[in-house]
Amino acid sequence: MKLITAIVKPYRLDEVKTALQELGVHGLTVTEASGYGRQRGHTEVYRGAEYQVDLVPKVRIEVVVEDGDSDAVIDAIVKAAQTGKIGDGKVWALPVETVVRVRTGERGPDAL
Amino acid sequence: MTTLAAAHADTGDTAWLLAATALVLLMTPGLALFYGGMVRTKSVLNMLMMSFVSIALVTVVWLAAGYSLAFGDDIGGGLIGGLKHAGMADLGPDSVQGTVPTLLFATFQLTFAIITAALISGAVADRVKFGAWLVFVPVWALLVYVPVTHWVWGPGGWIAHRLGALDFAGGLPVEITSGASGLALCLVLGPRLGFKKDAMRPHNLPMVMLGAGLLWFGWFGFNAGSALGANGLAAAAFLNTLAAGCTGLLGWLFVEQKRDGHPTTLGAASGAVAGLVAITPSCGSVSLLGALVVGLAAGVVCSYAVSWKFKLNYDDSLDVVGVHLVGGIIGTLLIGVFAEKAMTGGTEGLLYGGGLAQLGKQLVAVVVVAAYAFLVTYGIGKLIDKALGFRASEDQEYKGLDLTVHAETAYDHGVLGHGAPVSSSVLSPTQKVKSQA
Repeated sequence: MKLITAIVKPYRLDEVKTALQELGVHGLTVTEASGYGRQRGHTEVYRGAEYQVDLVPKVRIEVVVEDGDSDAVIDAIVKAAQTGKIGDGKVWALPVETVVRVRTGERGPDAL
Repeated sequence: MTTLAAAHADTGDTAWLLAATALVLLMTPGLALFYGGMVRTKSVLNMLMMSFVSIALVTVVWLAAGYSLAFGDDIGGGLIGGLKHAGMADLGPDSVQGTVPTLLFATFQLTFAIITAALISGAVADRVKFGAWLVFVPVWALLVYVPVTHWVWGPGGWIAHRLGALDFAGGLPVEITSGASGLALCLVLGPRLGFKKDAMRPHNLPMVMLGAGLLWFGWFGFNAGSALGANGLAAAAFLNTLAAGCTGLLGWLFVEQKRDGHPTTLGAASGAVAGLVAITPSCGSVSLLGALVVGLAAGVVCSYAVSWKFKLNYDDSLDVVGVHLVGGIIGTLLIGVFAEKAMTGGTEGLLYGGGLAQLGKQLVAVVVVAAYAFLVTYGIGKLIDKALGFRASEDQEYKGLDLTVHAETAYDHGVLGHGAPVSSSVLSPTQKVKSQA
């Protein structure tokens, strides 16, 4: 199994969710995140005092899938999240040792 | 003061002043929101509390002695009134001051004393020991607000009766006094931890806008109420108040657009308040043209004045100096330029052929009141600091005064905070809530 983590622009979340649902991915976890890569932050001005805000708001989407589905899921996320502009984010995958469904105790791919 | 039991209050004047008094009292909760929105989430409740406790503290000292010292018969030199009416002695429902009941006049004036004390809290946001503030407010009201008010509005007060400077609704006792006192107190306390290093942006600008709106609303009671009657002068002051707030707002936004590239909500709120501050002393002595210029001048100048603290290194956190001291000086001085006979009943400013005489009187009043407020407040601040400590501990300041002083949190943030169902929250109810100060 693979844990796929995607950091994307917050307003692309709906597109990514729809694309994953179409692929048959049944669950995902979303967290609000902040960070920066090549996209720099922005400046804000309050009563003439300027603040540099380095961290840009993003969402982090996490999905665990079977090994064979990993590439298709990554492609779907990238396609849905892409705007072509700087700051579109990153997607990566890591191997997962085990997964347990808390309600039933099922283990492994059955728990997905 | 003449309290004629035989005279009758005018019903129209009384009705208007009753309403105006309630309007001015509303300004202090408005100020609490205006200031509260500008601080960070960790100390917003403390900011609100500093204003709300001022209502209670100043009311008690005003009724006990403040009113009598400010508006009682002068005991010599135009410096202070006597204690004849301490505890509101000798004043009943039949006592009349001018054309309104004396008890109403005293309450109207009380609401001014309240907001002036609360205004100072903006200069020392996020770092005041709460107990020290509770001591400071009544002492300050008696030693600074009360004497200056006697000089300007009290019977025989030297600024009005000997010097002849004009102040319709409180440029000297309210705006300049609070601004100069704010400067003194922020120097006593020193800057917030992280001043000029950490981002200290306002946490809730809609709250700031709501506060500014309530202030503006209440300001009609403040300025038009200062006519102490339902008459044409009140109407002129009312219109001037609207006009100056508008040009102040536009002036500040114009500077922001040119200087920073963006017109901001905080700029709009600040500009309106700057214009209102400046028209406070002058609303009863300038024409509409004067009001438009006074407001515009304040909006433009104050939008620059708020950045002096970064160059000169004093942490006037919410710009009491930049807005109230500077705006108050502008409005008080410009009376010497724009005063018109039709409004003042005699005095004329430079622009209307009155020469430099009135401007000189206004300048003397500004300098003396600013110096007095600064020095006495600095002294009170130092004494309280020695005796009790005026500043919250470093730990309290880092964690925020809301949690460490009041044992409260302003907002529910996230599922692990107070917003979650109690069973799955990190909080669980206890028999008795104890604070960890």
